[in-house]
Amino acid sequence: MIDDRYELLIIGAGPAGMAAACEAASHGIRVAVLDNQAAPGGQIYRNVDRATNRQNRVLGKDFVKGRSLVEQFKQSGGSYFPGATVWFLDEKRRVGVLIDDKSFFVDADKLLLAAGAQERPMPIKGWQLPGVMTAGAGQILLKSAGMVPNGRLVLAGSGPLLLLLAYQYLQAGVKIDALIDTTPRGAISRSLGKLFEALPAADYLLKGVKMMLAVRRAGIPIYHGVEGLSAIGEEKLEAVRFDTGKTGFKKVTDCELRADTLLLHQGVISNIRLPLAAGCEIEWDAGQKNWAVTNDEWGRSSNADIYVVGDGSRISGAEASALQGRLAGMHASHQLGKISDSKLEVLSGPVVKSRKRHLSIRPFLDSCYTPSPRYLVPGDDTLVCRCEEITAGEIRQAVRLGCTGPNQVKSFTRCGMGPCQGGQCGSTVSLIIAEQLDKPMAEIGCLRVRPPLSPITLGQLSEA
Amino acid sequence: MDQDCIVIGGGLVGSAVAYGLSGQNQKVAILDGGDRSFRASRGNFGLVWVQGKGWDYPPYAQWCLKAANLWPEFSRQLGEETGTDLCYRRNGGMHFCVNEAELEERRKILEQNALHTDGEFQYEMLDHAALAEKVPQISNAVVGASYSHLDGHVDPLSLLHALHQGINRQDVTYVPSQNVSEISGKDGEFRVVSNGKTRSAGKVVLCAGLGNQRLGEMVGMNIPVVVDRGQLMITERIKPFLDWPTLHVRQTGEGTVQIGDSHEKVGLDDGTDPAILQKIVQRAVLMFPFLARVRLVRAWGALRIMTPDGNPIYQQSETCPGAYAVTCHSGVTLAAIHAGTVAEWISGKNDDPLLSRFGTDRLHV
Amino acid sequence: MFKTIEEPAEGAVEILVEGVAHRVPANISVAAAALLCGLGSVRETPVSGAGRLPYCMMGVCFDCLMKINGQPNQRACQVTVAADMTVERQLGAAEYEDL
Ligand code: FES
Repeated sequence: MIDDRYELLIIGAGPAGMAAACEAASHGIRVAVLDNQAAPGGQIYRNVDRATNRQNRVLGKDFVKGRSLVEQFKQSGGSYFPGATVWFLDEKRRVGVLIDDKSFFVDADKLLLAAGAQERPMPIKGWQLPGVMTAGAGQILLKSAGMVPNGRLVLAGSGPLLLLLAYQYLQAGVKIDALIDTTPRGAISRSLGKLFEALPAADYLLKGVKMMLAVRRAGIPIYHGVEGLSAIGEEKLEAVRFDTGKTGFKKVTDCELRADTLLLHQGVISNIRLPLAAGCEIEWDAGQKNWAVTNDEWGRSSNADIYVVGDGSRISGAEASALQGRLAGMHASHQLGKISDSKLEVLSGPVVKSRKRHLSIRPFLDSCYTPSPRYLVPGDDTLVCRCEEITAGEIRQAVRLGCTGPNQVKSFTRCGMGPCQGGQCGSTVSLIIAEQLDKPMAEIGCLRVRPPLSPITLGQLSEA
Repeated sequence: MDQDCIVIGGGLVGSAVAYGLSGQNQKVAILDGGDRSFRASRGNFGLVWVQGKGWDYPPYAQWCLKAANLWPEFSRQLGEETGTDLCYRRNGGMHFCVNEAELEERRKILEQNALHTDGEFQYEMLDHAALAEKVPQISNAVVGASYSHLDGHVDPLSLLHALHQGINRQDVTYVPSQNVSEISGKDGEFRVVSNGKTRSAGKVVLCAGLGNQRLGEMVGMNIPVVVDRGQLMITERIKPFLDWPTLHVRQTGEGTVQIGDSHEKVGLDDGTDPAILQKIVQRAVLMFPFLARVRLVRAWGALRIMTPDGNPIYQQSETCPGAYAVTCHSGVTLAAIHAGTVAEWISGKNDDPLLSRFGTDRLHV
Repeated sequence: MFKTIEEPAEGAVEILVEGVAHRVPANISVAAAALLCGLGSVRETPVSGAGRLPYCMMGVCFDCLMKINGQPNQRACQVTVAADMTVERQLGAAEYEDL
């Protein structure tokens, strides 16, 4: 049973959350970890301790690597609550959590949020059609269910995950009918300057090159610099079309490819709903095109008792996230009086160094795969809010009436008012407004987060 | 002179007044707050409500009835002009009572309402059986209800959107994200400074909710406001079950169920408090047990702007004539009368004797 | 539109999808099962009636809302299949039988 107070309460059992829990528990802290999945691992190591040999071969070494952290986490001695969804959270570190359909309130001396990343929306025309999913969804199906697309498959977008998924599908023997690369032309050559900085993380680069070569060798038709991408179909996806692109040295225009499944991806963004609910400050990271949570070298947010770490604070990848989790776990243990100043220094030194190495690849990746503005800010007839079915045009109309931010736009249009509460459309809405008013994102702000942070029935709420 | 009239505040009150003023060929500008301002309009329950209002202050009872009677025409006109469906329906409203004492108290209150309006306000008291005939899902815990066919409801956000579309069509200048730092002058020559820019106008109307206290001082008015937090919840869309709006539970045109509302004295905090949410839900579930299985989509707090006696303030400054203040917490019910009678009063074309009963002098005795 | 790459490792369970019995791998989500069973859409939106399939598979988008064991508007990607579970498409707004 869950207690009503912990010294350190961690939300999220991905690399950052697991590592923080291991570290803090090793110093004798009373830790509890709440996670909404059925097993530890987060998105990156989802289902890692149950995956079959076949799945492991397809998913690769980087996936299997997660097993040791999961093992360590299971033995850490901290309390772990799988299937726990946090529906309430405030700046006083009061957490409302639903476990087995029952709601509990838990207080925490220190709170650590490690909610991970979510896929950056890629609002193209027709993205709501059945048959269109995120590449992340495709990978989750592979990891958790050993499932792969059946029928004509197109992968489209930009970013390392798209390449990784293509590679994994090839390992699984899946036929990919086309790979559509929307990375703006010239992004890679412009990023070469950042390559030097990335050298300490040369292993990442090599993996990337290996995957790229494999995809080329497989003979998958690849289209580069694609503009004007849309999904076409009446009741479901029938085709993918685009205005212009290049394959090899050949320019293609008005291209239409039949497709049953289209998997979209243009990078990931931090899931900031929990930090926002807890009143943590955020900042717009222009390089990552991401709302990042303001935190210090220990992962401490603007609220000194709340740590926000991992991809949920800023996109940094699994390894760097785990290391950041460790640092936060150490620091919390220090703050709670379990380790001395000097011990903190000794313990943290190597972790900081190793984290730095893993982070050195980021500027190159961010610059290489920076999403094209055309795919961040969609045209008027594209749906932005999938729940309330609000188009970019309707949002622009509200801005013309004088709305200056997403919260007013929401009042006027219902955009962000549906079941997902803006989790899916929020960042797009702010980007549209910023472009239209020609103002920086920091001035536009983001949708205000309110409870419930995950679904709860009125009955569950009233009996908490 | 830049404008005939500058309206400060662009919520339900300010935009209704501006809509009315520009409808009378006044050249109007609205100076509004920003995206994250405290906005009472976002916390509105959407009731166009008469029953119980002003039971202890006859002018308010009369005023609300008048406003509600203006609504059908107001809604038709605004809807037609802007092509927006306000989801306005005047099909009567109910208030549920969970014990005999509540029912008796309710009856007494509504009796007063009828008395104050020379019987124009009409109502019925329904016992459980009569209520269950209209609302079959009502639980046995509800012993009865008051009902008045004069009540109605509307989508408050569609109303706000439509008012803004309306003022946009009428060429009202709308300036968002403003912070008014100075108002000076008098009738015919006001200067309003906001975000470092000065605008001149013949008249100034303060519709800034909470801000009216500070702004009022600039033009010699003492406008006492009390902040009152209400927490609200909205559920997933469900199939229609409740045709009538009530003070605690209302099913919207989209099918979501709005549940509220609390009265809390917590200052400038528009957050949520789970303990209070629980109380609100418990009452709703007591009335409609199936609601226990319905999913909550959002809970939020909004700040109501109350006057000390709960009745609106309509006041022209004595020392700076031409400056007006409009302060109230019933921005929806009164929208029709703000766009009509009140806008006419400000432009000097209406001298409804009721208006004189809403001056600040009643509060400063 | 999806298939499995191998026989399920941990056995299979039988669930009732739109009234038809299907054997699906244990431990997968209802959304995954719905895709495996070939449903053309898992819900019709209450706004326009358009059909949707799961989109994110990680609890963000709410496009996988289904009626599971009679409970409307459940995120199918967040629910694990269980023997004899009934899974139905969510058609428009939620309906409660005593409503
Ligand atoms: S598929 Fe997005 S929430 Fe389930």
